[in-house]
Amino acid sequence: MTLLSAARRREAGRPGHAHKLSGSVTARRRGRPRLPFSPWHLVLAPLALLFAVPLVWLVLSSLMSNAEINRFPPALWPSGIDTGGYRFVTGNAMFPRWFANSLIVSGAAVVSNLVLGTLGGYAFARMRFGGSRLLMGLMLATMVVPFQLTMIPTFLVMKNLGLIDTLGALIVPSLVTPFSVFLLRQFFLGLPRELEEAAWMDGCNRMGVLSRIVLPLSRPALATVAVLTFLSTWNDLSWPLIAIHHEPQYTLQLGLTTFQGQHNVQWSAVMAGNVITVLPVLVAFLAAQKTFIRSITSSGLKG
Amino acid sequence: MPRPAPLTVAPDARRTAASPRRRTRRESATAWAFVSPSVVVIVGLSVVPVLWSLMLSFQSSDLLTPSRWVGLDNYHQLSDDPRFAQAVRNTLLYTALYVPLSIVLGLVLALALNRRLRFTGLYRTLFFVPFVMSATSQGVLFSFIFDPEFGAANSLLHRIGIGSQGFFADPSQALLSLVAVSVWSGTGFCVVIYLAALQGVPKELTEAARLDGAGHRQVLGHVTLPHLAPVSVFLVLWQTINALQVFDLVYVTTKGGPLGATTVIVYFIWEQAFKNFTAGYGAAAAYVLAVALLLAAVGLRLARRGGGVRPARGAGA
Repeated sequence: MTLLSAARRREAGRPGHAHKLSGSVTARRRGRPRLPFSPWHLVLAPLALLFAVPLVWLVLSSLMSNAEINRFPPALWPSGIDTGGYRFVTGNAMFPRWFANSLIVSGAAVVSNLVLGTLGGYAFARMRFGGSRLLMGLMLATMVVPFQLTMIPTFLVMKNLGLIDTLGALIVPSLVTPFSVFLLRQFFLGLPRELEEAAWMDGCNRMGVLSRIVLPLSRPALATVAVLTFLSTWNDLSWPLIAIHHEPQYTLQLGLTTFQGQHNVQWSAVMAGNVITVLPVLVAFLAAQKTFIRSITSSGLKG
Repeated sequence: MPRPAPLTVAPDARRTAASPRRRTRRESATAWAFVSPSVVVIVGLSVVPVLWSLMLSFQSSDLLTPSRWVGLDNYHQLSDDPRFAQAVRNTLLYTALYVPLSIVLGLVLALALNRRLRFTGLYRTLFFVPFVMSATSQGVLFSFIFDPEFGAANSLLHRIGIGSQGFFADPSQALLSLVAVSVWSGTGFCVVIYLAALQGVPKELTEAARLDGAGHRQVLGHVTLPHLAPVSVFLVLWQTINALQVFDLVYVTTKGGPLGATTVIVYFIWEQAFKNFTAGYGAAAAYVLAVALLLAAVGLRLARRGGGVRPARGAGA
């Protein structure tokens, strides 16, 4: 509807627009053969193609045979579908395991950020307790600390806890981020208090208010936390690279780059592995594109 | 922001049994139970490490044996280290190329997409998909595309009669190739941020400008772009901070080479701490980077405040 009215307004504006412009411009407009589509497509389409080509190649090369890739000049289009790459990857002893590891770590991080972020965010938004302002300030301050500054001591902490080379070393540091707490707190502050007060008067306790009133209203914020946590843990390479040295405990990202190093002439298998690595994120993104874009935009615009 | 807790004074017959003070104390205990897991994780793995890093930067440590206090030695050594100087140069060059390229391209694409053409959704998806890919996936993909022998890029160049290029293997092209990959994956973020901001440009303003006789270009220059100024400042800050911290892509594609041509600051820190086991030295380098990031953030905040270009209505922020 807004589209329609905008178009109508644009139409309405046109005569006056042309009238006020110099005559030569209108003349040139009229003289130019009209394209059946907007000229903006002439800019957008080639650029979109340029953005899409690497992705298309990723899929195509995963379906080519190595012989096709390894000749010069390499084939750009597969002559037939060859699933050898995928069979090599799924038959590899480690790859399925890395996939499972990544799922476990990301899943644990998402669940834990939702739970701990909700509890912390709600306390900061609605409850009064000693030291809350100091703690909130501390949380905000840690949001701007770069990872490089904390990675060496975090490694030492994990080593002292005996977690290095276990999935625990990957899960513990991402149990809850200050960002999750802060984002949920901001969202809770925007909710109408009256509803909570009514539930409170009806005899609900804090947990009851939280689970029956606040959480059902907070779906968008919870989705944002889930999406951003999943993206950052699934895609992370630097921390697993530091904390994990034994192949069975690798995550998919760490495994993929190692795999590439070991099999760097078997491009078809490497690309098949890459497709498998990207697929969960891609499927989630395409299924919930609006939520993804809203989440990432809100993470950006908080600054 | 001291917020009175209204729930504690709810006049409810069933709850008046407990005195207000006891209620407050019980509330405080509940609140602490709610926040303590977050506080333990964040204080233990963020606040403490920041201070610990500072201590480490004054020590000589190999992460295994007890460390030794060396004062400012690490910082002195850093200022004389040609490899660190090279890492700083590489990082600054990468940032100076990536940040403006991704933002300008993102702005142009967002302005085009904001015209609500056909296929707008498809275009936006295409520009954005590379952004959700991990840097590892991007790196592995482009190691293949840019492979000097078997890569598709050289295959294409060959077809149009251009000789083979080295890309990641050529010291003079490696950093530029990294910038290209980053622009490919990072532009989508700028596009969606600009698109969100463009939704906030008041229709009345652009229409009023049109009626006053402003052409497309004038509306863009006098209404739309000034409105986007705060978002642009934010994007410069955000992209700069990310660019200064680039690591994953470098690790996957070039491992800092060839001949140190792509050794960036974070790669240098990682190498010192976890490959050469000179953790104190690495921590000192990390502190130098952190201070640089802080200065960048403060500088841009000031620019934002001093610029005086404010949206008519609170933009998305």
